[in-house]
Amino acid sequence: MKREPIDLEKIISGELRWGVALSLILLGVGSALFLLHPGGASRGGGSVCDLSQVLQRCPMDHYTWSWFANGLAQWHGDVFVIPGLALLIATPVLRVAVSIFAFALEKDRIYVGITTLVLALLILSFLLGKAA
Amino acid sequence: MTPFSFTLLVIGISIFAGLLGSLVGVGGGVIVVPALSLFLGVDIRASIAASIIAVVATSNGAASGYVRQRLTNLRLAMLLETATAAGALCGATLAVYIPGRGLYLLFSMVLAYTAWSMSRPKPQDSAVPSGLPTDSWAQRLKLDGSYFDKALQKEVTYRVSRTKLGLVVSYAAGALSGLLGIGGGVLKVPVMNLAMGIPIKACTATSNFMIGVTAATGAAVYFTRGDVLPFVAAPVAVGVLLGAKIGSRLLGYIESHWIRVAFVAVMVVSAIQMFWRAIA
Repeated sequence: MKREPIDLEKIISGELRWGVALSLILLGVGSALFLLHPGGASRGGGSVCDLSQVLQRCPMDHYTWSWFANGLAQWHGDVFVIPGLALLIATPVLRVAVSIFAFALEKDRIYVGITTLVLALLILSFLLGKAA
Repeated sequence: MTPFSFTLLVIGISIFAGLLGSLVGVGGGVIVVPALSLFLGVDIRASIAASIIAVVATSNGAASGYVRQRLTNLRLAMLLETATAAGALCGATLAVYIPGRGLYLLFSMVLAYTAWSMSRPKPQDSAVPSGLPTDSWAQRLKLDGSYFDKALQKEVTYRVSRTKLGLVVSYAAGALSGLLGIGGGVLKVPVMNLAMGIPIKACTATSNFMIGVTAATGAAVYFTRGDVLPFVAAPVAVGVLLGAKIGSRLLGYIESHWIRVAFVAVMVVSAIQMFWRAIA
């Protein structure tokens, strides 16, 4: 039976843990800030303490650098939550990229191809949502 | 309801979902979506988007442990992942064009199936059906695997059969994951175990590894499209993961039979309610 080198498994498992841990800290801090001042933290920063605002979808172009700077100055929760969500979703991308590298080290061309296909699909998904 | 009490309620429900899910061995998705949409009245699409984020969080955490224990068959995972990722991409992209009623109907069917599969006896740990056909794809793609079983204190080796069927089922599981915000393990694992001949521990670990990547594919579509409500998704992800951690600690101390019975009951009630929303 062919085995994966132990290093690969260690790298992948470590990368997964840190990615998830860091993103969860961001999500937790963001949620806590939101609980502390729900009005101020809601999108747009206004003082409207309204649930419907929380439940409204928001296009991605809302999240600009000035949104980030303003939000950070006022300790808005979404300044932490949005990067936390992005990091959480991106963690598996890194995992797949590491796997490509590991299969390349083993000179396993078929699996370099297969894993590259998975990575391409993952990256495509980021672009497809934006295009929609 | 104020945003404050709403968020507390979302966290509470998510902890419960993660706890129950880890105790009976399913992802949080099948509990989170009904809880948010039926119980809290969140829009079904927003519930699905929040759920797919939570699925990424829980499966990544669990997958890392399995990879360390070498239970995950990385080659098999990557091969089937091409199908699940393609499915998730299609499902998440098409989800916009399916009316809410359609999503409720599909989800109620998945819940009914989950209830049915959970009410059946659990498969044996290392048992696989005998006499499965040999598969030239599996040989060429080096899919056969092995792992050390701690309970049996021996190395378990296995051959992989029916690779093409596995790819088809994986595509379907991925599509449902992208459409409905679930992991899709309940669909893949029985096929991997019974039709492909992979021992259940390796199935679970490999499926879990795949679910992280599959869910991330779907989640990326929802996220970049702006469908993820940050202050619904964040408390759900934190809550479900917290619940799952507590659940894995409790696992040895709780009589799991009655939890399974309770879980099946929750699934059946949710399936009926979702079906009602679809047709009413």
